[in-house]
Amino acid sequence: MRTTTPRTIILWTVVGLVGAAGWSVLALSRGEEVSAAWMVAAALGSYAIAYRFYAKFIAYKVLKVDAKRATPAERLNDGMDFHPTDRRVLLGHHFAAIAGAGPLVGPVLAAQMGYLPGTIWIIVGVIFAGAVQDMVVLFFSTRRDGRSLGQMARDEIGPFGGAAALLAAFAIMIILLGVLALVIVNALAASPWGTFSIAMTIPIALFMGVYLRVLRPGRVSEVSLIGVGLLLLSLVAGRWVAESSWADTFTLAPSTLVIWMIAYGFVASVLPVWMLLAPRDYLSTFMKLGTIALLAIGVVVALPTLKMDPVTDFATRGDGPVFAGSLFPFVFITIACGALSGFHALISSGTTPKMIQKETQIRMIGYGSMLMESSVAVMALVAASIIDPGLYFAMNAPAGVIGDSVQSASHAVAQLGYSISPDDLARAAERVEESTLLSRTGGAPTLAVGVSEIFSKVTGGGLRAFWYHFAIMFEALFILTALDAGTRVGRFMLQDMLGNVHKPFRNVSWKPGLVLTSGVVVGLWGYFLWVGVHEPLGGINQLFPIFGIANQLLAAVALAVCTTLLVKSGRLKWAWITGIPLAWDATVTLTASWQKVFSSDPRVGFFQQRSNYQDAIDAGKVLPPAKNMDDMHTVVTNSTVDGVLSAALALLVVVVIADAARVCLRHVRHPGSSRLSEAPYVESTLVAPAGLVPSRREKEEARDAGVGTAPGG
Amino acid sequence: MRVSALLRAARHVRWYIRELTDETAYERYVTHARDRHPGASVPSRREFERMRTDRQEKDPRQGFRCC
Repeated sequence: MRTTTPRTIILWTVVGLVGAAGWSVLALSRGEEVSAAWMVAAALGSYAIAYRFYAKFIAYKVLKVDAKRATPAERLNDGMDFHPTDRRVLLGHHFAAIAGAGPLVGPVLAAQMGYLPGTIWIIVGVIFAGAVQDMVVLFFSTRRDGRSLGQMARDEIGPFGGAAALLAAFAIMIILLGVLALVIVNALAASPWGTFSIAMTIPIALFMGVYLRVLRPGRVSEVSLIGVGLLLLSLVAGRWVAESSWADTFTLAPSTLVIWMIAYGFVASVLPVWMLLAPRDYLSTFMKLGTIALLAIGVVVALPTLKMDPVTDFATRGDGPVFAGSLFPFVFITIACGALSGFHALISSGTTPKMIQKETQIRMIGYGSMLMESSVAVMALVAASIIDPGLYFAMNAPAGVIGDSVQSASHAVAQLGYSISPDDLARAAERVEESTLLSRTGGAPTLAVGVSEIFSKVTGGGLRAFWYHFAIMFEALFILTALDAGTRVGRFMLQDMLGNVHKPFRNVSWKPGLVLTSGVVVGLWGYFLWVGVHEPLGGINQLFPIFGIANQLLAAVALAVCTTLLVKSGRLKWAWITGIPLAWDATVTLTASWQKVFSSDPRVGFFQQRSNYQDAIDAGKVLPPAKNMDDMHTVVTNSTVDGVLSAALALLVVVVIADAARVCLRHVRHPGSSRLSEAPYVESTLVAPAGLVPSRREKEEARDAGVGTAPGG
Repeated sequence: MRVSALLRAARHVRWYIRELTDETAYERYVTHARDRHPGASVPSRREFERMRTDRQEKDPRQGFRCC
């Protein structure tokens, strides 16, 4: 351990002051526009302090990571799944696996409450909840030979809680896929440029697949380079297509895109992995890491000013057009990934623990990656807050509110308390070469406008339309990959469950079972996609809260498992480390579920909504934004499904938490009765640094052991 | 001096990309197999890469990514 020197005291005082300055400017400014630089300062200052002090405290005092204890990668090294991986490489792997569309979409929608609540939750949430969850799950899974979250739930809590956790994970996967697909449909509808360039990713991926399978097996970086080149070409070509006579072919209505998405999801998930999924994954990983790096540079170079209010009136009134409900609890479920994401627990208990070299690297990989993910969410919030608030609301309010002309949109935005002229709305669409930007809900188009604003500041205004479609393609690319991979995982879970009833389902290669289960999974998320597109009240408006609730409920499951493990492994006095985030997460999510089920405000409560519309049907009236009786019946059906779903999800998680509490209580009463399934201690012979930069002592150790830290060493 | 520093940086980048894309999986596997079982035959690169994707087919949770 390093000792405190005057230099480190000065250094950390400066870091603290930078962070504090950022927070003060963000919190205290009223009425004037604030530079995004302050948001960056607040974020980076807070991350640095949290990583240096809190993460270190958890790693060494609570978890007691042991550099002398061999990790599964060292003990079970098989050259394939288990192999000690350089920490810098594993950081890249882990980050690429946890980062996705989630942290980009949520903050954009939450910007309707202003930028301040979102910023606070993203930064405070990641420090005390999200990064802690990722790190603690990674630690416990590493101590259990890389066991998955579901297995740990079964082993440590019991079969009942374990089954509930599995069922919750399946339901969450379905909702997630439906909502992600909806985001893409909203981004591609009536956009020939976007649709063409996304369609081209399929032949490009097929070509890459054949290249890797037949021509040059395993040459991933060269084929990825070719693929990215072709991708950029198809992006440029998209503009030519949009201006040519082919434009009509690629101008698709949302309901047509739904059919395409469902067909794609089914076919892709039935095809062999090497054909479409594996090459697509390489492509989207390259684009993901590249674009995030570009965006970080863009934000720092351009330092745009935030045009959104710090806190809007919707935060307290709860009648925002993007999603209904007030700040508490809805900001905390809308921004899921980026602050706290249950899905990360699946990664932290998947491949990463099988590859980590040293227990001491858990802080850098688990906590560090999540801080990086959080910074992506901050960038998304910046992108949404630098565009004109009038344009933001015109893009994100449902069509039922906005109407279908720039005049009606301008009027509707004025009703919401913001202003933008019809001319400005038309010009904004023209500048990114889209036919319209009205009611392009789902977050992706708004993010793309923000990104094009930032990038075109750096590269000159002429490229604005290119950058807009670049951002759309970047998101669509990995959402489509997620549809394919997610359908496969959902199918795997379903095959496993059905295997209990009819044996052949267990054999994952059994073709009839494979096609049937794929069909069921695609049908389920396809249903939500269909509903989302045809929902008179606005699909994102209705479904996004359920998505957020589902995602945060998975985090509650992960945190419950972590807390149980802390208690059972004799760390009772530190159980608050994950116990407090669990209490907060459970409060937020169950409050949100409660309001979605029982609220008497028809915009928030699904059943109130249902009864209002049912009463109107009985009275023979049509309630706007429904246009006719068919719409009225659609609303009644959808509200019923959404309400039942919210209630069922909440119930499942209550079961998991209650079961975990029972196990903890039993352990506290009779410590002897509980059994801990930790892998036995084996001494490590590997030498590797804990952090990104090796300390002087670590360098000496490496020298003594005769290994270098250089490549190939 | 400057050229050699540049070369070294380029080597670092190449190493990192090859590791990150897991292009080195085959080399690693062969080294591992030779180490543990010197006499045994190792699959060709083509066979090895097929085996790898086919395994992902069997268990899609391998290499799963987040939303």
